[in-house]
Order: sequence, then structure tokens, then C-alpha cells
Amino acid sequence: MDILNAIWTTTLATVNDVLPIAAIIFGFQFAVLRQKPANLRAILFGFVWVLVGLSLFLLGLEWCLFPLGRLMAEQLTDPVFIQSTLDAGETAADIAWDNYYWVYIFAFMIGFSTTIAEPSLIAVAIKANQVSAGTIGVWGLRLAVALGVAVGISLGCYRIVVGDPIHWYIISGYVLVVLQTMIAPKMIIPLAYDSGGVTTSTVTVPLVAALGLGLSETVPGRNPLIDGFGLIAFASLFPIISVMTYAQLSELRAGMARRRRMKARSSA
Amino acid sequence: MSKALTTLLLALLGSLRDLLPIILVILFFQFAVLKQPLPDVGQILLGVVFVVLGLTFFIHGLEQGLFPIGESMATSFARKGSLFWLIAFAFALGFGTTVAEPALIAVAAEAAAVAAEGGMIESSESAREDYASGLRYTVAFSVGLAIVIGVIRILRGWPVQWLIIGGYVLVVIMTMFAPREIIGIAYDSGGVTTSTITVPLVTALGVGLASSIRGRNPMIDGFGLIAFASLTPMIFVMAYGMLI
Repeated sequence: MDILNAIWTTTLATVNDVLPIAAIIFGFQFAVLRQKPANLRAILFGFVWVLVGLSLFLLGLEWCLFPLGRLMAEQLTDPVFIQSTLDAGETAADIAWDNYYWVYIFAFMIGFSTTIAEPSLIAVAIKANQVSAGTIGVWGLRLAVALGVAVGISLGCYRIVVGDPIHWYIISGYVLVVLQTMIAPKMIIPLAYDSGGVTTSTVTVPLVAALGLGLSETVPGRNPLIDGFGLIAFASLFPIISVMTYAQLSELRAGMARRRRMKARSSA
Repeated sequence: MSKALTTLLLALLGSLRDLLPIILVILFFQFAVLKQPLPDVGQILLGVVFVVLGLTFFIHGLEQGLFPIGESMATSFARKGSLFWLIAFAFALGFGTTVAEPALIAVAAEAAAVAAEGGMIESSESAREDYASGLRYTVAFSVGLAIVIGVIRILRGWPVQWLIIGGYVLVVIMTMFAPREIIGIAYDSGGVTTSTITVPLVTALGVGLASSIRGRNPMIDGFGLIAFASLTPMIFVMAYGMLI
């Protein structure tokens, strides 16, 4: 009975999510554009698939991954666990930022793996691959973004532990983005900016929020209300940098291959 | 029929591969670091099956429904040539998809708690609710505005970086004046506004628009809408925190 109940509530919540979007789309389609889309049947079925898929996805996450992930975030940030990483002879007063190393590793790995499974990133990667006629690989983009999120969240955890103000990190990140924008290939820039926003939706946010909250409750002198926030901001900034780096590296590699070919031709 | 079955099977395998990293990370931490047994294995396995099926269906629906409708509407709007209706649609899409977003509702409630603790508003139930719903509408408005700006950019062919960098400068300036308590929430609000259904639709809209206007490159001009939608909420939330 519990399971049926859960299915019912989640489906209802998803319908609630999809309904305003469907209303806007079909409202404009019929009232303003006044034409039937060529393959209306397929599109309507597509909406049903999205609805069913998203409900199942969220339900499954709520059952298996979120409770475990949240529990882990709590356990890894538990003072007892942190003290177990101390060397013999050290007391609780000796806890330094590097005693939280399991937290950073967890942050990195969970950031990476949740981003790989993020449905909206898959959507953008498919589109970018189509539009760029294959120049941008689906997996290349997804791995680059996932790496960015992983680095961002670990750095964000470090910030919570040492207690630096968030804006210095974010502002330095912006400066880096601006500098990189000047030298990165033009084609990648809009996509790189977009990838900051797509990384953090259904899968990443709940787990990362639990990590930030748990961490700021454990570290002495942190206020969960103020310091618990900000991890998402890190997770949306660093992919911009990593995607531009990915494009620069691919360009560099293509350039080197071209030069090698030219050299081979001229020597022949 | 067997061809459709093979496609489905391949799609399922693809989803499983997408989820494998999370499963491995959780198993590794559970057994190797925290050294604890898995609670309720049956339910977890069922959950994994649901997630794999769900991801597969979602991506199928994406390619059948969300992408085609987004692109066909973008082409129809371009052919119709009415700037007013295109902008009205862009705003409605941004506002409508954000205002009911569960992640935003959660963040707004937390922001109200922070504001009450910081003494910015009264610590009563109704004051907090007013603050939270005001914040929600502010963010939804800012996302609507973001999509409108992004669509105008595509029509005019402005380079995205100048607008985004201008937005960053604004964020930095406002950070200096905004109350300290609101900054973390403001920075986070940029990331939470773009939901799983909004992203494919908005991407298809941008790419479709850029492909149907002469002289625009879908790669350079088509992307960038999401970037605006994650930037304007930061500015508006800080402004909200400063005004109230």
C-alpha cells in the first residue's frame, strides 16, 4: 500500500510540474500560432513518455539513492567519524581542514557520478552533438561537465570547512571565466555558459544540499543557515571553466594533428 | 518488432551505464569507508530498476515530444514574424516553468528562515510566508526576463559573452551591498531554477530559432538561453534582499 501511495504522490507531483509547461506550449500553439504541428500524435505520446519516465526516475531515486546518499553525507560529516581520522595522541582540538579528506573525496565522486546521470545534461549533450554535426561528442561534453561539478563541489566543501566568505571564490571564478572566454574557441562559449545551469537539477541538488547542510552543522563555528548554501553555486560555475578547457584541449589536439599531417606531407 | 525491442534494450543498457557511477560510489562508501551493510536491499534494487526505466522513458519522450515541439514552435514563430507574440511566449515559458518549481519553493522557504533569523523580517509565520512567495515571484519574473533577453539576443545576433560578463559585473557589484545572509542563497538560486523539463524545451527553442533565422549559427547563437536563466535570479534575489 505504501508503494502505491508513493507512486501516486510522485506522479501527481510530476503532473503538477509538467502541466503549466504543457498549458503554455499548447496554448500558444493553438491560440497564437493556430496550426497543428505536423506530428501532433507523436508529440503528445512523447509528453506522456516524459511524464512516466520522470515519475519513475524520481520515485526510484527517492527509494534507493537519496536516503543512502543523505545518510552517507550525515555519517561522513559526523564529528565521531571525523575524529576517527585523527592520528594517535591528537585531540578534537587538533582537527584541521585536512581531516575532512573523506568528505572531499565523497564530494568529488558524488558530484561526478550524479552529473553523469543528470537527464537535462543528457538532453543538452544530444542537442549539441546534433547541432555541431558531431564535433562535440556527447560523452566528451558530459565528462567535462561532470569533472567541473566534481571539482566545484569539493572546493565548496573545503570552503565550508575553512569558513572563507563565498563571494571571493565565486568572483575569482568569474574572473577566470572572463579570461578564458577571450581565448576559447568562439563556438563553445554559449554552450559552456549553458552547461553551468543544466548540471544542477533533479539528481545533484538533493544530495549536494544534504552534504552542505551536514558539513556546516558539524564544523565548529559554522551556521548551517548561512554556510550550508553555496555548493550549488560552485557546481554551476566550474563546469563553465571545464567545458571551455575541454574545447581548448580538443582544438589544440586537432591543431597538432594537422601540423603533423602537413609535416608528413612536406617531407614526403 | 524485434528491431524495436533491440532499440529498447540498448536504451536500457545506456541508462544503466549512466547510473553505474552513482551505484559504485555509494557501494564503495558504504562498504569500504563507513563499513556498514546495505539497509533494505530489496527496496534499493527495485529503486534502481525504476530509475533505469525512468531515465530510458524520459529520453525517449525527449526525442519524440519535447525537442520536436520546441523546434517546430520556434520555426512557426520565426515564420509568423510577430515579435510581440514571440516575446510573450518566451516570458510565459520562463515564468510559468519556474514559479511552480519544487526546488525553488524549498529554497524560498529556507531564505525566509534565514531572513527571519537575521532580523530582516518579523519572525512570524505570515511574515515568512509573504517573504517566501515574494521571493518566488521575483525569481520567476527574472527567469522570464532572462529568456526574453536571450531570445532578443538570438534575433539580433549579439555575442553572448558581453551580456553574461556584464551580468557578472552586476553580480559582483551587488554582492558588495547585499546583506551577507542572502548572498549564499542568491548564488544558489541561479542553479536551481532550471528544471529537467525546462532545459530541453528552452534549448530546442533557442536552437530552432537560430536555425530558422538567416545569418545565425545554431551553435553560436542557439545556445545561451539557460545561461541567462541562471544569471538573472542571482541579481534579482540580491536586489530582493536589499529592498526588504
